Amino acid sequence: MNFSWMAWTWPTALFFTIIALLLIGMTVWEWRAPGGNPRVGILRFETTRGDRLFISLLGSAFINLAWLGLIGPQLWWSLALSVAYAIVVFRFV
Amino acid sequence: MDRTWNNKAWFLVLPVLVLVAFSAIIPLMTVVNYSVQDTFGNNQFFWAGLDWFDDTLHSERFWAALWRNLLFSGIILAIEIPLGIFIALNMPKRGWGVPVCLVLMALPLLIPWNVVGTIWQVFGRVDIGLLGRTLASLGIDYNYVQDPFDAWATIVVMDVWHWTSLVVLLCYAGLVSIPDAYYQAARIDGASRWSVFRFIQLPKMQRVLLIAVLLRFMDSFMIYTEPFVVTGGGPGNETTFLSIDLVKMAIGQFDVGPAAAMSLIYFLIVLLVSYVFYTVMTNVGKGAEQ
Repeated sequence: MNFSWMAWTWPTALFFTIIALLLIGMTVWEWRAPGGNPRVGILRFETTRGDRLFISLLGSAFINLAWLGLIGPQLWWSLALSVAYAIVVFRFV
Repeated sequence: MDRTWNNKAWFLVLPVLVLVAFSAIIPLMTVVNYSVQDTFGNNQFFWAGLDWFDDTLHSERFWAALWRNLLFSGIILAIEIPLGIFIALNMPKRGWGVPVCLVLMALPLLIPWNVVGTIWQVFGRVDIGLLGRTLASLGIDYNYVQDPFDAWATIVVMDVWHWTSLVVLLCYAGLVSIPDAYYQAARIDGASRWSVFRFIQLPKMQRVLLIAVLLRFMDSFMIYTEPFVVTGGGPGNETTFLSIDLVKMAIGQFDVGPAAAMSLIYFLIVLLVSYVFYTVMTNVGKGAEQ
């Protein structure tokens, strides 16, 4: 099949590969420890690890957008900030 | 008791996954690919990196459309939610009036968006429209084609006419589910009409109201067809909402890259608001239950 109409680039392919690997990783995690590990964290409502991944990804998107809009196009620091944010979400939310 | 896991059931979900992949995931991936490139057609693309995102985030046009959209959503929610509750409270709960009211309420919802736009576009015209001519004969200087306030008023009233029924039907469903025992207890206690509303009806409508707010916010935030048919985004850019701006950019100007970047930012905002509403909806009242 020819997917050239989708205008693939290496960076976007890498981006989607990482997302796919995250989903596969979450599936394996769920298979090893079923139930989603629901808990009530600092946001005062119940979240599963799937919710925490979603909050991490959505928050990371806004962190990178805010960095791009307010500081500049070099996003390495915002990427590091996003990883730190994801760790905090998985630990405390 | 041990639960029985039947993983074969996942195969039944596969057709839906394939459908979603074709209708949502693959197009979304393509938009992400477009957002980091530029093209002049002929399926030839040039790497642009984050330029289009940078441009969009520093674009006055984007922020103006976003604020217009938020203002529009705020206005219609402020009108449609209280009005919908008021109408639902005054609808008959039994007798022949129930089906009549329900059918009347459902009618505007059955009309396609572009037809609603056309109806109001003609209705508001000063030369042939009933509304336009009536207002002109009353000495009111109304012209939605040239006056920004009139254009906004027309679009807001059109949306209220089209969608208040949805709020009414949802609230009505919440109201009819309240057992009579609640009202009898309130009567024994000598509760006022306001107390009945505040402590019985409103709490029972809470969940459906959240659904109504979510649906109306998302729908108004993504509104395209009706204002496009009535005003075309004008006068000037006064009623150009995000979706109208996006279509102008993507199809009118064929700026596929900037339009893709803008649509992704738009998508993220919609996703964030949906998630916040969803979380509130699924957690509301849980604290009281525990």
